[in-house]
Amino acid sequence: MDHKSHTKALHNAYIRSLKKEKYWVRFYQLVIFLIFFAGWEIASKNQWIDPLIFSSPSKVWELFLIKVQDGTLFYDLGFTLSETILGFILGTLLGTILAAILWWSPFLSKILDPYLVILNSMPKVALGPILIVALGPSFTSIVAMGTIISVIITTIVVYTSFREVDPNYIKVLQTFGGTRFQIFKEAILPSSFPVIISTLKVNVGLSWVGVIVGEFLVASKGLGYMIIYGFQVFNFTLVMLSLLVIAVLATIMYQAVEFLEKKLIKNN
Amino acid sequence: MTFLNVQDIHHTYFTKSNAVTALSNISLQVEEGEFISFLGPSGCGKTTLLSIIAGLFQPTEGRVELEGKQVATLKSEIGYMLQQDYLFPWKTIEENILLGLKINHHLDEEKKAYAKDLLLQMGLSDVESLYPKQLSGGMRQRVALVRTLATEPKLLMLDEPFSALDYQTKLHLENLVSDTLKSFGKTAILVTHDIGEAIAMSDRIYLFSPSPGKVHKVFEVPEELRECSPFDTRNHPLNAEIFQTIWKEMESLGSQESHKSTP
Ligand SMILES: Nc1ncnc2c1ncn2[C@@H]1O[C@H](COP(=O)(O)OP(=O)(O)OP(=O)(O)O)[C@@H](O)[C@H]1O
Ligand SMILES: [Mg+2]
Repeated sequence: MDHKSHTKALHNAYIRSLKKEKYWVRFYQLVIFLIFFAGWEIASKNQWIDPLIFSSPSKVWELFLIKVQDGTLFYDLGFTLSETILGFILGTLLGTILAAILWWSPFLSKILDPYLVILNSMPKVALGPILIVALGPSFTSIVAMGTIISVIITTIVVYTSFREVDPNYIKVLQTFGGTRFQIFKEAILPSSFPVIISTLKVNVGLSWVGVIVGEFLVASKGLGYMIIYGFQVFNFTLVMLSLLVIAVLATIMYQAVEFLEKKLIKNN
Repeated sequence: MTFLNVQDIHHTYFTKSNAVTALSNISLQVEEGEFISFLGPSGCGKTTLLSIIAGLFQPTEGRVELEGKQVATLKSEIGYMLQQDYLFPWKTIEENILLGLKINHHLDEEKKAYAKDLLLQMGLSDVESLYPKQLSGGMRQRVALVRTLATEPKLLMLDEPFSALDYQTKLHLENLVSDTLKSFGKTAILVTHDIGEAIAMSDRIYLFSPSPGKVHKVFEVPEELRECSPFDTRNHPLNAEIFQTIWKEMESLGSQESHKSTP
């Protein structure tokens, strides 16, 4: 009995120490956040940094309020966000489908192998001008940029994981007379979910790169356009605002993927 | 007509660097309801032979027929439990045991109830919603067996199902499997390294010799032992005698091997 209560006390102490650590982690995170913005503000106010180039948090905040009130922020934000999400989903989906096709036909995968390597090592954003000429300077070509930047790496990573599935799971399904499609659905795909999720995480970042570059090149609206426009008219408050909004949105998307991960991978 | 007819099987594995003949000139017949064991040292082609009987791949030569039909055409009538449990870690126990039925499109309420009942018979209750890694090795092995039995195969093949278990669990499961199979009148082939297990479980024992794998000798288990449960067989006075005979044969296999390898 005594022993039991002793264990319980130790356990409580352990939980308390965990909580305490978490509290301190949060505290220092907040400190860094405050120091960064306060430092930025002070440095800008005292002209230690050029306020024209680096702006200041208070100016960014003012601009933010103005652009929220007149609705233009949400207009640009909605445009860029839908491009990014679409590019992200298409890139991951197409990459996974391509990986499935390669898995389906090992012969085809052997043929395509060197081409995948070439496409992967190529800087995809360099394709931007060609995409714009081919698809027109529009929403479509920007989404294409967001897609193309992640699709090949997704294909390669997911295909590798498909191939590394323990062949004995396939054997189990074959003993039940499973078809190649059933093998894919019951063994290959689910055992690759963790890998697919981790490519999702990488693709969040990649699609933002593709879309912003795409907007640099063509758009007349969107957050990437805000950056380029601010740069051209030397309004760096606009550039900073756009960067901060992108940071917040990209983080939210990343969190959403982590949430999906918890839903999808139940057995860990 | 023989139930299972394995005729003149040869099998060679081809790889880039070499060709390994795993099986040579294997012929054997199994009648319905019989329990057969394949005994032999590691690498003598037991798993290869089971895979061929299961129709997973074609042998380089020879044919396998179940009730006169080529096995490649009737997969779902043969249950094959692999050397390890290979439960799907992302599926619950319930999903795992129903997998075979789902694959061959026979999943209905009746079959579902049957599978769950098997689980209970194996002494596993309240595990349906758990995941495989929450079970012990012996429990997982039983779940794998239920998964194999749930499709009601005519022929059951077990590849060293008990070799990874502790001795007590092993004895317990031997009895359980033997009872279950007897009550269903199932035909079964068991692969094992363990002479005692082969005697305890089966009606007939095929002793294989390696490189290339072939049937070295066939032993009939005496009638009296067949009637006993595996556990009782192990303690039966007749057991020691037949154990000695098989042991000597296996020893002679070993010494032949070492003769071959000494130049
Ligand atoms: N896929 C394969 N490719 C090439 N050679 C193989 C393959 N599978 C098995 N072999 C070879 O065939 C022989 C028989 O292997 P098998 O797995 O059938 O033996 P086994 O009797 O089941 O052994 P164990 O008792 O260790 O399970 C071995 O020499 C092995 O190296
Ligand atoms: Mg084997």
